[in-house]
Amino acid sequence: MTAELVRGQNHPLSQARLEIRISAGTPIVASATLSDADGKARGLEWVAHPGAPDLPGLEVSRQAAADHRLAVDLDAMPEAVHRVNVLLALPTGTGGPGRFGVVAAPFVAVTGLDGAEVASYTITGLDAETAVVALELYRRQGAWKVRAVGQGYAGGLAELFTDQGLSEARQLAGTINEAVAQGLARSVQAPSQRAADGDRTRQTATPALGPDQSGPARQGTPAPASPHPSSAYPPQGGQPGHPTDPVDPSAVTQPSTPGAGSPVDYSHPGRQNSAPPPPPPTAPPAQPGQPARPVAGDATGWSMDERLYNQVWGMFEDLARSTAAYRSAVDFADSRMEKELDQVLSDPRSRIGGQGDAAREAARAKYTQLVDQARQVLDRDLAQLTAEADVVEPALPPAYARWDNPVWHAYRVPMEMPMALRLGDLRLPESELLRIPMLVRLPLERGLWIDSGRTGAGEDPLADTGALQHLAMETAVALAARLLAVYPAGEFTTHVIDPAGSGAKALAPLVQTGVLAAPPALGAAGVSDVLTRLTQRVDLVQMAVRGGAADSLPPGFDTAEQLLIVNDFPHGFDDRAVTQLRYLADEGPAVGVHLVMVADREEAVGYGPLLDPLWRSLLRLTPLPDDHLADPWVGHAWTYEPSLVPVGSQVLQQVLTQVAAARTKYE
Amino acid sequence: MTKGQAISLQKNDGGSLAAVRMGLGWQAAPRRGLFGSRTREIDLDASAVLFADKQPVDVVFFRHLVSDDGSVRHTGDNLVGGVGQGGDDEAILVDLSRVPVHIDQIVFTVNSFTGQTFQEVQNAFCRLVDETNGQELARYTLAGGGAYTAQIMAKVHRSGPGWTMTALGTPANGRTFQDLMPAILPHL
Repeated sequence: MTAELVRGQNHPLSQARLEIRISAGTPIVASATLSDADGKARGLEWVAHPGAPDLPGLEVSRQAAADHRLAVDLDAMPEAVHRVNVLLALPTGTGGPGRFGVVAAPFVAVTGLDGAEVASYTITGLDAETAVVALELYRRQGAWKVRAVGQGYAGGLAELFTDQGLSEARQLAGTINEAVAQGLARSVQAPSQRAADGDRTRQTATPALGPDQSGPARQGTPAPASPHPSSAYPPQGGQPGHPTDPVDPSAVTQPSTPGAGSPVDYSHPGRQNSAPPPPPPTAPPAQPGQPARPVAGDATGWSMDERLYNQVWGMFEDLARSTAAYRSAVDFADSRMEKELDQVLSDPRSRIGGQGDAAREAARAKYTQLVDQARQVLDRDLAQLTAEADVVEPALPPAYARWDNPVWHAYRVPMEMPMALRLGDLRLPESELLRIPMLVRLPLERGLWIDSGRTGAGEDPLADTGALQHLAMETAVALAARLLAVYPAGEFTTHVIDPAGSGAKALAPLVQTGVLAAPPALGAAGVSDVLTRLTQRVDLVQMAVRGGAADSLPPGFDTAEQLLIVNDFPHGFDDRAVTQLRYLADEGPAVGVHLVMVADREEAVGYGPLLDPLWRSLLRLTPLPDDHLADPWVGHAWTYEPSLVPVGSQVLQQVLTQVAAARTKYE
Repeated sequence: MTKGQAISLQKNDGGSLAAVRMGLGWQAAPRRGLFGSRTREIDLDASAVLFADKQPVDVVFFRHLVSDDGSVRHTGDNLVGGVGQGGDDEAILVDLSRVPVHIDQIVFTVNSFTGQTFQEVQNAFCRLVDETNGQELARYTLAGGGAYTAQIMAKVHRSGPGWTMTALGTPANGRTFQDLMPAILPHL
């Protein structure tokens, strides 16, 4: 099926190998320029014209003709190319027509290799123009499209090339006209080597003129700036399947010729391949009528870590929004039914016979229908997200993975800090089975507070205070172990304050494997000692940072990030220690000192509102599932569940043993 | 499309249109005199109001860029317009398949936030585009349109399993969509 385009309209291209057929009633020149993401041609090597007809993936005719066929292989285009502009121009100095206004409207068609037309465009409305951008083939989100442009230039090719950012526009236009004139005069194919040579001679002999200064007399609607997203493609090796012309390399290497007035090439010759990241895995094409099968890492990012992070956050947002849609539909159905029932009640007619019952019935049916519809849509979305979670969860790296993920059994001490850390799982009551990993960026921006107090009414009544405290401490230990494991050896140090020694059982894995900087601090003296040291550290680093003298820290200074776990707050704390703790919570994260508090707010109630800012500054987590976290988009209450080590599993000990071994080696 | 005309967004092959975009483009007013800093900036704003049974339930505009359900998204406020490039300066994308089931009408409006009437704005247009293939479904030229500061562009409403779009093109006056509510209601 052919799409007949009008000016400005675009059409998707399903094939990469295409032919562009041009027919005009009179001989015209066809050429093409390539543009980068900014819409600029990078130099002469990005122009295909009769004097230099070959580009990677593109070939134009060597002479002016009434009919042209341009072969295009979009797969062979260099990565930097975002747009291919197809240009038509009237040859000058050959006694032909002087403007497009007096010739028949040129017709261009994009066809497949089999000749089937994909899209066509008749360039109407031209008048004084002698050159025109007929079509552009452009990349859009990894796919190619064609757009009918029809942008004419009264100043001819020179003006057109200037508009495309070529500083040698005038010379180039001259070269093309000369090549065309030669071709017409001889009416046999000019050897491309000769034409290219002539091109270079002209270039080096003529000093670089500035860009054409005459104001372009633009006609018609200019093409909108093409909104190409920066795509993450792999560097392309060769150009497979591209018919390169071995005798014509000079045109391609043109910009390296010194003194040619060509733009400076700023790219590092040896670094061409380093920048672009490997391509994200993309979903296989979907069966028609079915959503695409999800793939782990199907998101943007420079690394797999980043892609998975973005994907998880994308799932988080999608679930939040789908649920919002469902809830608002149900709310609306509710309020509508209520209103209708009220109406029935206040209508005196409804008291007679079955009229009222029928109206009530109808209102309820409407309610049920809308809610059912909403649930159907939600179920569709949930199925999609569940399928995605099923592929994403096993693909997560340790920092993002649950403790029961096999990736923890293949744990190795990393060389780099990951981008984020899983604090636990989030879920909504509409979708109990769908758990979203709760990922926060590292380094931590706020301290954590594991609430060991009794919360809400829905919790397990069997959990007495002691058991709850133990569970809270276990949660803190699991988090600390995760942090220790995901930082490279020696870059994370953990301190523990356990004034009454009540957390000894939960702390055992940390103490036994020897990953702590020192044994847990006991008693008031221990509390004061650890806090004083960490406070000094915050002061020192702050001074160094403010003074711009980060390298003047004392020798032997531990540059690792510091984590302080405080159990049983405010037990063992005097006023001075409380002040120091608040100082650490406020100032610590910026200089790499982090806080995990395991505390029951009730026990610190004696301090009054003094501590309110402290609690507010910490991210509250709970040892038991609790719906107190809100998402940033619509503010649903999400149920948080900590990520704990499965009962009976040795994975924590195994991981920490490796961490301890790496620490010893590092020191 | 002409005013009042309705087109079904059902595709010929039976499938329904998945996404539409309302694009708004305009050109900054030319500066007068020598002082370049005193350009007369024109800020046009595109908004979409979501209705359920003739009650507004959500609005997408420059202070609320994404509807709660995520189906309607504004690409962000543009305070000065383009330079006449012909592209959209502001756009609202509607993912029709994800619009909550109770939303049955979405009304698109354009306002002049800085108060210039459409007579003073240059090269202003708004258009509705089939986002899946970029085809323009409707286009209005606002420039020189008359002494009013807002226009109720079009509405997209449910009809059967799919959606239908009706071009409204009603002139109105107001700074934001709130001012337009009385003018919108008769069209529901």
